[in-house]
Amino acid sequence: MIKKNQIVLIYKVILPSSERATNLPLDTKEVPFEMRVKGKLLKSADIGDRVEILTASKRKESGILIEDQPFYSHSFGHYVDALEEIKDVILNETEELEI
Amino acid sequence: MSNSYKDVMSRKSEIMKEALGFDYDQFEVDGIGFDYEKMMKASGYTLSDVREIQISQNVGQTPLVELKRLSAYARKFAPKGYGARIFLKDEAANISGSFKARRAAMSVHQAKKLGYKGVVAATSGNYGAAVAALAAKAGLKCIIVQECYDSDGIGQPEIIEKARACEAYVAEVIQLSVGPELFYEFLKILEETKYFNASLYSPYGIMGIETLGYEIAAEMKKREGQFPDMVICTNAGGGNLTGTARGLLKAKAIDTQVIAASVDLTGLHMASDRQFNQKSFTTGHTGFGIPFSTFPDRSDVPRSAARPLRYMDQYVLVNQGSVFFITEALALLEGFERGPAGNISLAAAFSLAQTMRSDQIIVVQESEYTGAGKHMKAQVSFASDRGVKISLGDPLLEKPGKTIIFPSSGALLKHKELPLDQLRASYLKHFSEKELSQKDIMYLATELNTTIEHISILLEEINESKK
Repeated sequence: MIKKNQIVLIYKVILPSSERATNLPLDTKEVPFEMRVKGKLLKSADIGDRVEILTASKRKESGILIEDQPFYSHSFGHYVDALEEIKDVILNETEELEI
Repeated sequence: MSNSYKDVMSRKSEIMKEALGFDYDQFEVDGIGFDYEKMMKASGYTLSDVREIQISQNVGQTPLVELKRLSAYARKFAPKGYGARIFLKDEAANISGSFKARRAAMSVHQAKKLGYKGVVAATSGNYGAAVAALAAKAGLKCIIVQECYDSDGIGQPEIIEKARACEAYVAEVIQLSVGPELFYEFLKILEETKYFNASLYSPYGIMGIETLGYEIAAEMKKREGQFPDMVICTNAGGGNLTGTARGLLKAKAIDTQVIAASVDLTGLHMASDRQFNQKSFTTGHTGFGIPFSTFPDRSDVPRSAARPLRYMDQYVLVNQGSVFFITEALALLEGFERGPAGNISLAAAFSLAQTMRSDQIIVVQESEYTGAGKHMKAQVSFASDRGVKISLGDPLLEKPGKTIIFPSSGALLKHKELPLDQLRASYLKHFSEKELSQKDIMYLATELNTTIEHISILLEEINESKK
């Protein structure tokens, strides 16, 4: 059970596929229009429950509880060979620059 | 009151009026046009007011630095006597790390002045962090609505980083999946909260950039005794270029050429769920740059103050690999580690400088902060994980969404030109079914920075092609 006041992430379908805007590419049209937002849980609940939260701007929002204590995991990526190669290109071509 | 898609969209103009405290109807004239300069004046601020407001918020007055080694590198590939001096306006030095702070300073100031309790902005870019930071400083609530995830729930790393930055300034971040219905959610939030619409396209948002153009012109004149020969602006929604050009004109730099530069993402559909994460640039690309230049009033206000075709002298494109290459070069040769999206115009400058004399001056008018997610390494590895092939070669052969090609030599970093008449024709197609009066034609000539005669020729060509 996730306790009241815990920071969580919720998910909500804003528009099902059938109610989406016209003139969309087919791959977009066939999936729902979705929202994710973080906030403090207003009542204790479990993952998968329909809940209400209080967002950072003190707005109430409802949706399915999908993550407890959400955090960031974006990074600087991983090693890519070509990035090392361009470094060599630039350094080699600028060894004896005339300024 | 119903919140269905159709009903909310039909309440659009009342919601907008409430959320901007500004009645756009007063600028409408008979026919297709409106009085642009009257709208800009009606904002009630002069350039010196804007400057003062920004200084009070620690915004602007950023360093203008000469990139001597990068200029020399470009010169190596230029004919003798060619290879202009490249300068960079280091806008990353602004609060929140980008030139967008200049726009946010004005929107937040206006919101506070009119007594709104909070601000809302629809943006996946640096503008979110800028509004959030300045709202925090002003004690206003802030909500940022961003397009962030594809339908597999995979977020673009650059946009995730921007959400993190907004949250660092206590903003609420509403993260949406791909689609233009973002505007519907945005309207619902404005209606529910009664907050100010901190639009990028309001007169305030554009006036905020005028100081950037003005600072470049004034400082260059003082230091070098001349205005820059060329200023390059990364172009997406058009506000950056419009504001900069207006600032240059206010400084009387009338002969300075204003160039738009975008990353070429031709072939990728901007509203496609599957293609959303196939691109390595979330802004500054042709997917925004071209539609917003050729139809400015598609924005989130009734009449956009960003009207880039009024001011641009040339539109150039560079590919993704070239921008990553120049981002690396900026760090290796000049000691500036900056975000790739801010370096689009720098890549174009590297190529354009080679077409200019070595005593001429070219100014790249922005840079942006970098960090986890919005770093070239994060973007390139994200692309490679999605099956985009990364290699060295001729960058002009790059296929957006399929390949990223870094130049295998600085000699291969070249821009492509997008003819202005092609853009003007796209703009005019929106009106080709209409009966146009002489007044309309005059408006179009101003909008497209050309003569009445030229407008007539372009319209004739459009009609011919329909037959």
